[in-house]
Amino acid sequence: MRATHWLTAASFIGLAVSGVAILLAHPRLYWGETGALGTPSLIDLPLPFMLTGQSGWGRYLHFLSAWIAVLTGTVYVLGGTRAHHFRHDLFRPAQPAKYNVVQRITYAAVVFVLFPLMIWTGLAMSPGVTAVLPLLVTSMGGQQSARTIHFIVASLLVLFVVGHVAMVVFTGFTRHVGAMILGGEPSAPEVQT
Amino acid sequence: MSRLITRRKVMTTALTALGGASGLAVAARLADRYGLIPPDHSGLYGAGETLTYASHRLLTAHGSLAREFRPDQISKVAPINGPPPTAFDYEQLLRRGFTNWRLEIDGLVARPSSFSLAELHGFTVSRQITHQACEEGWSFIAEWIGVPLGYVLNLVGASPNARYVVFYAYDDDWESIDMADASHPQTLLAYGMNGTDLPAGHGAPLRLRLPRQLGYKSIKYIAQISVVDTLKDIGDGSGSSAPGYGYSWYAGI
Repeated sequence: MRATHWLTAASFIGLAVSGVAILLAHPRLYWGETGALGTPSLIDLPLPFMLTGQSGWGRYLHFLSAWIAVLTGTVYVLGGTRAHHFRHDLFRPAQPAKYNVVQRITYAAVVFVLFPLMIWTGLAMSPGVTAVLPLLVTSMGGQQSARTIHFIVASLLVLFVVGHVAMVVFTGFTRHVGAMILGGEPSAPEVQT
Repeated sequence: MSRLITRRKVMTTALTALGGASGLAVAARLADRYGLIPPDHSGLYGAGETLTYASHRLLTAHGSLAREFRPDQISKVAPINGPPPTAFDYEQLLRRGFTNWRLEIDGLVARPSSFSLAELHGFTVSRQITHQACEEGWSFIAEWIGVPLGYVLNLVGASPNARYVVFYAYDDDWESIDMADASHPQTLLAYGMNGTDLPAGHGAPLRLRLPRQLGYKSIKYIAQISVVDTLKDIGDGSGSSAPGYGYSWYAGI
């Protein structure tokens, strides 16, 4: 389980960096099936258009990282279910609870709502996959809507990671990271935030 | 703990590694035989590309169709990426309305042929209103008119040993697709768009339409088609000019 955390962390960095590289080729977001320069946009991001081929390696890295994230995520969800991690720490926590209610809701939303939405909207942009499962994209309101939702959910995940890392830093970086790598509980008692 | 266990551990590990390696080698050979390995499979990102291509090929083996749209959904704006080729021979063809253009087809075919635009117009006509997404992120819907590539390949007698169809264009780009895509009913050699002849910027006189992949696979300005059983000897062996620019060969994403 600890290994899945660090694999997810590595693939998340890969996905975020390459996602920005891909976005910079056309930092405009639309709603519906289609959208291009000369058509109305939903959001014009204050970013430059970079047409110098950043999206090439961006795509290669994005899909390699996506495979690692999805395979790791599968192991994590199966392992977490088997070890009753989700039940004991999230849904029906023992008293006193290890995490507070805001932490539990956030964590559950990230694992069971945001990550699945990223995979769904990601696949909804794939012309090969939607030829097999058109519902993936029609349910999102079109290919460009899927792209926009993919961007918004990605931004929420980045916010989560920033908050997550900040909390670890504020509550004792060395102790927590030690526990995250070696296992067990953080060594010194402290107030959970 | 005794040395025996350590030795046993070492031997088990070695056997597992050997088994794993030979298992991988067998898997790779099988995958290659069933056309699950893309030509740009080597390098840092090769594992991701191979997983994507193999899973798409297994998923789409039964001839899934790209979504088609209603005429009222056709986009009013259909952007183009870059102007038509400036090569002298292309400009000559364009000036004469492509009346002297011919499509050359060679390679693993029983009857190497060349067709004029008028001859292509005389073949089975296929129309599709499909979505074209550029890898940059923008997209549009248009109607495409042309002849199914599979029809032309039957006509020239493509060999059962054929594995890829290679396209050469007037702008020095080249592209290739596997036979699963080449024989797919929605794969067109398109000479018309939105009710008119294909505009120069959209690839006149002839372009590929491959609606199950991103826009850049639908190569424009086609001059020649070659049917082959391997891509190793063509260019740098990576299957098209796209990997040279940093883009993946397979674009079904």
